Amino acid sequence: MRWYWIDRYTKFVRGKCATAIKNITLSEEHLHDHFLYYPIMPAPLIVEGVAQAGGLLICEYREFREKVVLAKLNKAIFHFDVRPGDTLIYHVNVDFYNSQGAQISATSHANGKLHAEFQMMFAYVTGEYTEREFYKLSDYRHLLHNFDAYSIGTDEEGNPIEEPECLKNATHF
Amino acid sequence: MMEMDPVIFEKVKAILMEALGADDDEVTQEATLVGDLGAESIDFLDIVFQLEKAFDIKVERGELFPEDILSNNSPYVENSRVNAEGLALLKERLPFIDLTEFEKNPVVQEYASRITVADMCRFVQTKLNK
Repeated sequence: MRWYWIDRYTKFVRGKCATAIKNITLSEEHLHDHFLYYPIMPAPLIVEGVAQAGGLLICEYREFREKVVLAKLNKAIFHFDVRPGDTLIYHVNVDFYNSQGAQISATSHANGKLHAEFQMMFAYVTGEYTEREFYKLSDYRHLLHNFDAYSIGTDEEGNPIEEPECLKNATHF
Repeated sequence: MMEMDPVIFEKVKAILMEALGADDDEVTQEATLVGDLGAESIDFLDIVFQLEKAFDIKVERGELFPEDILSNNSPYVENSRVNAEGLALLKERLPFIDLTEFEKNPVVQEYASRITVADMCRFVQTKLNK
């Protein structure tokens, strides 16, 4: 996966909640055209970032046994535009899991203000796609380490977490 | 078919209005989720999520859409139509769904299209009675 729309986690409570940050910079090419004299972060990419922060939380909790996909964006309310120089802080909370997926609620804050609110539903892929490999375990490992999930991550009691056994030998090389 | 509990109906109605963006007067007992209320396949997942939360029930995969009967490679499907044995099994396993209309033309893809608001209410009631 090279479609990264968060920079790192600042809080990662296994399977429960997370905080992630996304720094917006004018070196991001899409901002050059969106818009020429008024560069603002496109809302769909903010949705994608929140979905990544929440989706990885769910994947990790399920120890990557499920193929987790964003199934439905139940709510997305944006209160103002954000632009280069702003830092978005995404708070993601898993509302519940069931046998078919999970639902999250999330907020985005910028400059100390509530910037956006979300509710999203994730589904575990079934049927003909079950056997298809979406991402390699090594990709997940790489991502979660890059995002600091295993250096700042804890369980619900606040104890540090380690990467699960299934990731320990996963490597690109 | 069992009688419908009006309290369940009101809660199911609220969930359908929220999940499908339907208006109050559209969500009648007879309304079909797909045809009348515009539900897409992924909406059923959302609806199941919300029903689980609202009624504190657990819905397992396949309870509403039994894949072992309704998939095209199942022994109960011939030329994309559910055969008599499959229909009997559906009735036994999903007594809360009124299959009268589906039986007239039991094309697999039509199954979801026939599910009504009343079917969903009876489904919840069955789960609560267990």
